[in-house]
Amino acid sequence: MSHPARRKPEYHKINKDLFVLTYGALVAQLCKDYEKDEDVNKYLDKMGYGIGTRLVEDFLARSCVRRCHSYSEIIDIIAQVAFKMYLGITPSVTCNNLSRNEFSLILDKNPLVEFVEELPAGRSSLCYCNLLCGILRGALEMVHLAADVTFLQDRLKGDSVTEIGITFLKKLDEKKYRRKK
Amino acid sequence: MAIFSVYVVNKAGGLIYQLDSYAPRAEAEKTFSYPLDLLLKLHDERVLVAFGQRDGIRVGHAVLAINGMDVNGKYTADGKEILEYLSNPANYPVSIRFGRPRLTSNEKLMLASMFHSLFAIGSQLSPEQGSSGIEMLETDTFKLHCFQTLTGIKFVVLADPRQAGIDSLLRKIYEIYSDFALKNPFYSLEMPIRCELFDQNLKLALEVAEKAGTFGPGS
Repeated sequence: MSHPARRKPEYHKINKDLFVLTYGALVAQLCKDYEKDEDVNKYLDKMGYGIGTRLVEDFLARSCVRRCHSYSEIIDIIAQVAFKMYLGITPSVTCNNLSRNEFSLILDKNPLVEFVEELPAGRSSLCYCNLLCGILRGALEMVHLAADVTFLQDRLKGDSVTEIGITFLKKLDEKKYRRKK
Repeated sequence: MAIFSVYVVNKAGGLIYQLDSYAPRAEAEKTFSYPLDLLLKLHDERVLVAFGQRDGIRVGHAVLAINGMDVNGKYTADGKEILEYLSNPANYPVSIRFGRPRLTSNEKLMLASMFHSLFAIGSQLSPEQGSSGIEMLETDTFKLHCFQTLTGIKFVVLADPRQAGIDSLLRKIYEIYSDFALKNPFYSLEMPIRCELFDQNLKLALEVAEKAGTFGPGS
């Protein structure tokens, strides 16, 4: 794993509660605007996608990670560097599939759901943190990796852990030349 | 000024940002009387000196301004053709400013996309697989440094050959891009960057780089 940036990274701290409450307000408003859970999930994913495409450059600029040569390296970096940098948590990584392109991130602590007890009645298939899935999908796409990111298990829905599944699809071709990843 | 220009090229090879920060070096303004002893010719929509080099006015310099007013290609600011204007003795004495012709923005766009292609050729020519593209291009008057991010954006800096610390400057420009361009919610990706904060911070970073010579670990 490469060391953090040569210059000490400047993290301007804000109150975590403010961030968590803002996210909660976002989801609550989407729930008011859209009846169906699938719609809310879809829009959370879309918003996350927009964030991910921009956040990835910030991540790459600040963390100076080297080019990865395998999917497991990429997942390790996401879990140990990216999540640590942005959410302060380090999910654990498991590999679900022998052909090495399905992975899971198990989050034992999720700061976004700190104040949520359970999903409201009638919203049983809401993926509260779907923004994270969109962010991961957007970020991976910007480095030319198409991936499917979904919540496999969710504590809010009664499962024992929160698990994000990442399935790498075929590598997106860069138009003029191919770089080795 | 040791750092001459900064170019930012998007994934498709289009120029999305350009900054020139060199003071115009050889510019000469002189008053002339009829007949003009320089031979001027029209080339590429500009009026250049073809012969008659003297006093700081060199062959290849373009007419930049007539009587203090900047010219517009081959026309004066009033819309008259320069060559016609200067062949009329009634318009003399006239003060003309000559200097090295600046690149127009179209030319810069074209050069950026050409560099984008050369960059790709650089990585294909390599005997090793997975090579990077062109990282540095050196001439006797400047060095071109290029940094390509993992997402395909290229940051190109043209600097004095003796200037050190361009690598850290390129990383710093990447950070500034990720902060002030990308985090601006109204900026669309891959589009030309028109963000004030990006401009300001970039100029600041260039100044710091020139003074310090390098971004050390303590700065």
